[in-house]
Amino acid sequence: MTVTVLINLRIVDPSQNMDETGAIVIEDGKIVAIGAAATVPAGAEIRDMGGLLAMPGLVDTRVFIGEPGGEHRETIKSASRAAAAGGITSIVTMPDTDPVIDDIALVEFVKKTARDKSAIHVYPAAALTKGLAGEEMTEFGLLKKAGAVALTQGKHAIPDSQVLRRAMTYAKHFGAVVALEPRDPYLGVNGVMNEGLFASWLGLSGSPREAEIIPLERDLRIAGLTGANYHAAKISVPESVEAIKLARKRGVKVTSGVSINHLTLNENDIGEYRTFFKLSPPLRTEDDRVAMVEALAAGDIDIVVSSHDPQDVDTKRVPFADAADGAVGLETLFAAALRLYHAERITLSRLVDALSTRPAAIYSLPAGSLKPGSNADIAFADLDMPWIATAEGLLSRSKNTPFENARFSGRIVETWVSGNPVYRLQG
Amino acid sequence: MDFFPHRHLLGIKGLQPHDIEYLLDKADEAVKISRQREKKTSTLRGLTQINLFFEASTRTQSSFELAGKRLGADVMNMSVANSSVKKGETLIDTAMTLNAMHPDVLVIRHSSAGAAALLSQKVSCAVINAGDGQHEHPTQALLDALTIRRAKGRLSGITVAICGDVLHSRVARSNIILLNAMGARVRVVAPPTLLPSGIADMSVEVFHDMEEGLKRADVVMMLRLQRERMSGSFVPSVREYYRFYGLDAEKLKAAKEDALVMHPGPMNRGVEIASEIADGPQSVIGQQVEMGVAVRMAVMEALLVSQNQGPRA
Repeated sequence: MTVTVLINLRIVDPSQNMDETGAIVIEDGKIVAIGAAATVPAGAEIRDMGGLLAMPGLVDTRVFIGEPGGEHRETIKSASRAAAAGGITSIVTMPDTDPVIDDIALVEFVKKTARDKSAIHVYPAAALTKGLAGEEMTEFGLLKKAGAVALTQGKHAIPDSQVLRRAMTYAKHFGAVVALEPRDPYLGVNGVMNEGLFASWLGLSGSPREAEIIPLERDLRIAGLTGANYHAAKISVPESVEAIKLARKRGVKVTSGVSINHLTLNENDIGEYRTFFKLSPPLRTEDDRVAMVEALAAGDIDIVVSSHDPQDVDTKRVPFADAADGAVGLETLFAAALRLYHAERITLSRLVDALSTRPAAIYSLPAGSLKPGSNADIAFADLDMPWIATAEGLLSRSKNTPFENARFSGRIVETWVSGNPVYRLQG
Repeated sequence: MDFFPHRHLLGIKGLQPHDIEYLLDKADEAVKISRQREKKTSTLRGLTQINLFFEASTRTQSSFELAGKRLGADVMNMSVANSSVKKGETLIDTAMTLNAMHPDVLVIRHSSAGAAALLSQKVSCAVINAGDGQHEHPTQALLDALTIRRAKGRLSGITVAICGDVLHSRVARSNIILLNAMGARVRVVAPPTLLPSGIADMSVEVFHDMEEGLKRADVVMMLRLQRERMSGSFVPSVREYYRFYGLDAEKLKAAKEDALVMHPGPMNRGVEIASEIADGPQSVIGQQVEMGVAVRMAVMEALLVSQNQGPRA
């Protein structure tokens, strides 16, 4: 058995409250020792990492892919390469494909394709309702057995509260997380950006924050009624954070996530109709952004997701209101998140927690930790390396990044899965 | 200032007061040309103008067409109803196709906000926004300003009440920006469902009561209410709307005696305006149409001729 020892690392692992300089000893794809006290066994292959940051491979639980049905936008293979370049070693894929992932055969298809084509771990989330139509529930038990790690409506709402109640009641029995993006299907239905003065000047229909808050409050009540594990997958306003805090006080089992875009961008970035900034939920005000960062730092929001959503020119190079929502984000997730750390808004440990340890725990994935015995899924980063993101530099098939030509400090240098490098920064 | 430092006219936003003055002065000259027996000049001789209208519009399209012809340009109207655009070709692909024909100016109307700006990034000629969704309709605001300036002698200090469906109106947005830039006082008068979010921060006074909003106004500018918005979705009914927000003789009494009555057309008589007012002595609706041609001549000349005489902004 080869034993590899990586020395001279700053190790940040929230799962064991570790932030120290030390070494990682890897044997047979697993971590056997870690930290300042880890000793180098005889005959080990030693590599000096030059002071890089080592953290548990990132876990991105909201990733939209084009396979099956939209392979020109993204395949499982291209997404996995992009993820690896972003230090992400586990992704949870959304069922919004064509066909929708609402059947065990399709869950198996994703898992098989991932096994053959992907260098990282791919965990499918299955549709909560057939065809994501919000009417009939899918086979939760069988889907879970086939490997689905969560149930979700992806980008779709569930207008009928009765359907949601039954689905959550049934899901509770199988212990599945129900991850929803709260969005009112009527209020602000034509809204293409945050409602307010800026939208009014641009002549664009707005979506009010209440279109998120109202369905979230409904979902929280139904989660309380049914006892299900509810995950508010993408929230964007502080009122949502407050609603979740109150629900927790009532004993509701609820966790929440926010996209990196809502932590680093605001509605003004839309400028003159830049469609790469058209997202759902829409980018909010700067005050909202600041409040979301504070809530994340305080732990009131649990996790950060890329909400990676590849779109081609046919859906983005059109007038703003006609453009599809979404932005790619796997490759820029960590670099963009470091902006919050460099601005001293959040500790590195909490950031890694929100990007790896917590999402792994919420979705019950074997990830998010570098404890001895864990898979050696590790992301290595230079915390200060300056670089500029370019569309051409992206490995993703789609180039709809809101961070085109953005300047970043800090970059993923290497990504390992089960003790093997799957990505190495060139040059 | 004797040149126009802009490549396109995408909106009133982005124009300085002196740019607006420049266009209005030029338009005053153009009015004279249109009133002569010989209306054709050679200002744009040899240049090609394409009118690309994705939304049906009789008056704006003919106004642009006439303006181009009076300046001597070759004018082509691209009818979108029969074109590949309906078959799913994107706006950008259409633009690239037209661009390959080497037009000198593209006049575009489209139902989506930002369409003119998007087009301008992809073509190598001047682009004039003839209305993009609910965003802007700059030549309408310019012709309204010209009409007011010719009747009142100035824009500064004039009180203008913009009444009706402000929410969906690109005309209102362009007018609010232009009139504020020129020192006029702008009021909006509408039921709350027809006002955009944040209206109070758009440098206007907001009224929901028509007579209060019209009090001592110099200009009453009515907006069109589209038929599909009249029956329950934004206002309960036509008769209720007309009762509270239709301009009739009684409500007009609140404005100054010599107040101008304006409407961008086409009018819904008996919905937002009474016929006797539309055809009455205070109405300048006919003049607005005349000023429309003049303003469009001025804009095209400014973009295609004067713009080349000075440094670009």
